[in-house]
Amino acid sequence: MSQRVPVHVEVNGRGYDREVEPRRTLADFLREDLGLKGTHVACEHGFCGNCNVLLDGAAIRSCLMFAVQAGGRSVETVESLAGSDGELDELQLAFTEHHALQCGFCTPAMLLTAKQFLRENPGVTDARRIREAINGVICRCTGYQQIVAAIAAVAQAQQTAHSIRIETAPPVRVAQDTR
Amino acid sequence: MSVGRLEGIEQHPAAARIATETALKEAGRRWVGKSMNRVEDPRLLRGEGRYIDDITLPGMAHAAVLRSPHAHARIVSIDISRAERLPGVIKVLTGADVAATAAPLPSFGAGPIIQDMIAVEKVRHYGETVAAVVAEDRYIAEDACDLIEVQYEPLPVVLDPFAAQREDAPRVHEKLGSNVAYERTFTFGDVDGEFAAAEHVVRAELNWPRSTGMPMDTNGAIGDYDRGTGVVTIYANSMSFTYFHWLIAGSLKIPASKLKVVPVAAGGSFGSKFFMHKVPTFAGWLSMATGRPVKFIEDRITHIASNDHCGSDRFYDAELAFDADGTLRALRIDCVDDYGAYLQFGTGTHGNGLSQIVGPYRIGHVQYSLHAVLTNKNQQGAYRGFGAEVSNWMLERLVDMAARELGMDRIELRRRNLIAPDQFPYRTPTGNIYDSGNYPAVLDRLLELADYEHWVAERDKARTEGRHLGIGVVASNERSVFSSTEFWFWFDQPDFTPTASPESASLQIDPTGQIVVTLHSQAQWGNSPETVVAQVVAEEFDVDPTSVVVTYADSQHALPGTGPGGSRYTVMVSGAVAGAATQVKEKIKRIAAHQLEANENDLQFRDGGIEVAGSPDQRLALADVALSAYMFRLDLPADLESGLAAQSTYDHPLTTVPSEDRSDLGIFYPFVGHAWHLAVVEVDVETGKLEFLHYCAVHDAGTVVNPKTLTGQIIGGTIQGLGSALYEEYRYDEQGRLRNETFEHYHLPSSLDVPTMTVAHQETPSPYTPYGIKGAGEGGRMLTPAILSAAIEDALEPYGVRVTSLPITAEQIVAWAAAPAGGDAR
Repeated sequence: MSQRVPVHVEVNGRGYDREVEPRRTLADFLREDLGLKGTHVACEHGFCGNCNVLLDGAAIRSCLMFAVQAGGRSVETVESLAGSDGELDELQLAFTEHHALQCGFCTPAMLLTAKQFLRENPGVTDARRIREAINGVICRCTGYQQIVAAIAAVAQAQQTAHSIRIETAPPVRVAQDTR
Repeated sequence: MSVGRLEGIEQHPAAARIATETALKEAGRRWVGKSMNRVEDPRLLRGEGRYIDDITLPGMAHAAVLRSPHAHARIVSIDISRAERLPGVIKVLTGADVAATAAPLPSFGAGPIIQDMIAVEKVRHYGETVAAVVAEDRYIAEDACDLIEVQYEPLPVVLDPFAAQREDAPRVHEKLGSNVAYERTFTFGDVDGEFAAAEHVVRAELNWPRSTGMPMDTNGAIGDYDRGTGVVTIYANSMSFTYFHWLIAGSLKIPASKLKVVPVAAGGSFGSKFFMHKVPTFAGWLSMATGRPVKFIEDRITHIASNDHCGSDRFYDAELAFDADGTLRALRIDCVDDYGAYLQFGTGTHGNGLSQIVGPYRIGHVQYSLHAVLTNKNQQGAYRGFGAEVSNWMLERLVDMAARELGMDRIELRRRNLIAPDQFPYRTPTGNIYDSGNYPAVLDRLLELADYEHWVAERDKARTEGRHLGIGVVASNERSVFSSTEFWFWFDQPDFTPTASPESASLQIDPTGQIVVTLHSQAQWGNSPETVVAQVVAEEFDVDPTSVVVTYADSQHALPGTGPGGSRYTVMVSGAVAGAATQVKEKIKRIAAHQLEANENDLQFRDGGIEVAGSPDQRLALADVALSAYMFRLDLPADLESGLAAQSTYDHPLTTVPSEDRSDLGIFYPFVGHAWHLAVVEVDVETGKLEFLHYCAVHDAGTVVNPKTLTGQIIGGTIQGLGSALYEEYRYDEQGRLRNETFEHYHLPSSLDVPTMTVAHQETPSPYTPYGIKGAGEGGRMLTPAILSAAIEDALEPYGVRVTSLPITAEQIVAWAAAPAGGDAR
């Protein structure tokens, strides 16, 4: 069980080489091995979506994926959103402005899931579409309404900026992990 | 004791008004009442919330537990040898270790109902812990749990709370001699006389099943035993640690002075972390047993199966007496409550309901019988509403039935019985008072905001087209700020009669002029303690609220505190902070008057400084005052000491003890908000699916501190109530095994299941609290079960459906439509 295998994963634009047990979940790898505590585990059986991260731009349950399965692929976590000085991005600002979080536990997954939606559907403010997009992330505090409003506000801004562009996952630039 | 307007307490006319920035200005305030973004948000948005699982101590080990697969069984033997041999395992512990080294967990229940951290001798519910493994990581700990071999002797299971009351029923606790933990009938007023005289009576059997708060972050703790000093440090996401840490010390058999509980932010509670003792005690005990720091966090299945915090599981036989003109006269309630295997809070959840058992109505006479029954299920604890949400559902069901019996409009019947604005403070039959209110104004606002007449026309039109639209309109009061008498007024000679539920704050202005407030109960868990504190401090000192730093004391440094619960925190922490601020402001005034050679009475706090009113050039910045307070003793008035700090403990401002004979339970939950909701649903009778066409809510929670966050609490609570109404229920099979212990089978409302709500606030300030604030964290959940029952019943009117039990599942709706009952369903 304890035999370890090497894995290379790119996380938030930086490459990491580690040796992990084959059964180690991606969530534990991110949290414990890389120290990225913003990914939260709430049910560990794939239903609540609180552990969502983006894998090659698409939201996945990091509790259901083994770290080795993410080998050679690109992961985005909540830590990628704010600037290096901690400055909140547009979506994070919309979340605070619309009071789209209370306890904050589902918030990282909600932000990343919304991020994917806004990249793939820029300018789409339709509440039904937004609700469908975040349906896989359970929030027990807010009742979702303000989350939908926050995402719609960012979509609205995408429209009014007249600069709608389809973003895929950010360009891959692998920096070597020197640790 | 008479019911109605109360004499002997100062009267305050309370005017209704809508919360607006204008109202804020009229009240002369700048910050208390302002919609502001939460100061807690930035760290949470960056994933830096520092929840319990985010904390790692050097040398920390991890624990996992083995859960019982039986609901009721004697533990014959436990073989831990294979588990112990697994590499990486540090220690395996069982009930024998608990019995040898620890005392039982604390309980407010009477009689020999003993709960241990790990089951000793027998298990009493499915999922109860039978062994624990401490290992180098959690993977190994869970592997080792699989290697523990337990021999059980299954015992007869008791699950039905009626069957459990029989003499020959298997005993959950043999030493108790019965499964009826508690029975009592309270009679307030002339109930029999009223029922005999009333022109009508409706009677219903109603069932509300157990569900749970189900936060996304489960209960967790890290124990860290320091053998050198003997101090056990426990990091825990429990909410009320200052209120009860000494009880944890008792379970650990250490002096309270050797226990340090450090509060950690929680990812949600909804009651599940209220007085949360088992998990922190467990982590502390595991650390003492191994000499290592040990982290224990419930996994989801452990949380669902044995979190100690199921909500109520009640069977009511309830009657309402009323006259032909709609006058509601008396209530007679008989309730069997299935408390599960233990009774940690006694029957406090019924005490809670008794604070507002008549709702917003002038019902003068009440009889309340309770049978608290033990069964082989996970025990009850706290869940948003603490039992009052259940009694409100019961009451509103009865009122809807009364309206139907009279052929009277549901709203009109309610309106005729509302306590009038000039009747406050109003004494209810149980003795609790309602401090203030303007109930008709809330109703009027709702009907206007919701465009009620429009929806009535839509519903009637839809019905002619064969569609099933239904409207629900219900009311609720929301009691807030408990004293603690609800836990013990049940007994004529209680063992322990606490009457304190204080909250404290320390406020310090450091030598650079920055304000630091220290709180003395649990950290953030989804509410907004730091934002509330920042707003109060900004109000008192006229400083930028985002500049205020908020910290949390651990239990060794804490002043008296109680923690959030019963919608008390905003009221109580505001009182504590305002109290500390007043002391510090007095000192600043004395220093400034001395240094500016001005009269103290001419000084005002303005923009981060203090100045002579009308002469802003005669001014000292707070930083100037602070620096001299700390560093220039000889510049201070001669009788002042160095420093600029104060602490304040704020006690419940209005509570009394119950009378000896319990005909008057006293004032125990007096700051009472009020709300009306209106929902319009369309029901698809083929699939049972609900669509929300409209949902509107108006709440009066006294002075609103932050309209934005209050709206968030109302919506969140309403949606949580929607889960209770439509989806959530613990389903045990006939052997008492929990059948829905995962999220696959325990459905929580998702983004597609819920309405978009319109929310409005009205403000009728409390005459007794700081700024007139009333608590409001639970209100939403007090209405949704009643409103959805009413709306679905209305939509299915052609089928003669009567909603008498929850949850109202899609399967149930389909069944109703397929076989019209024409009477009470289920």
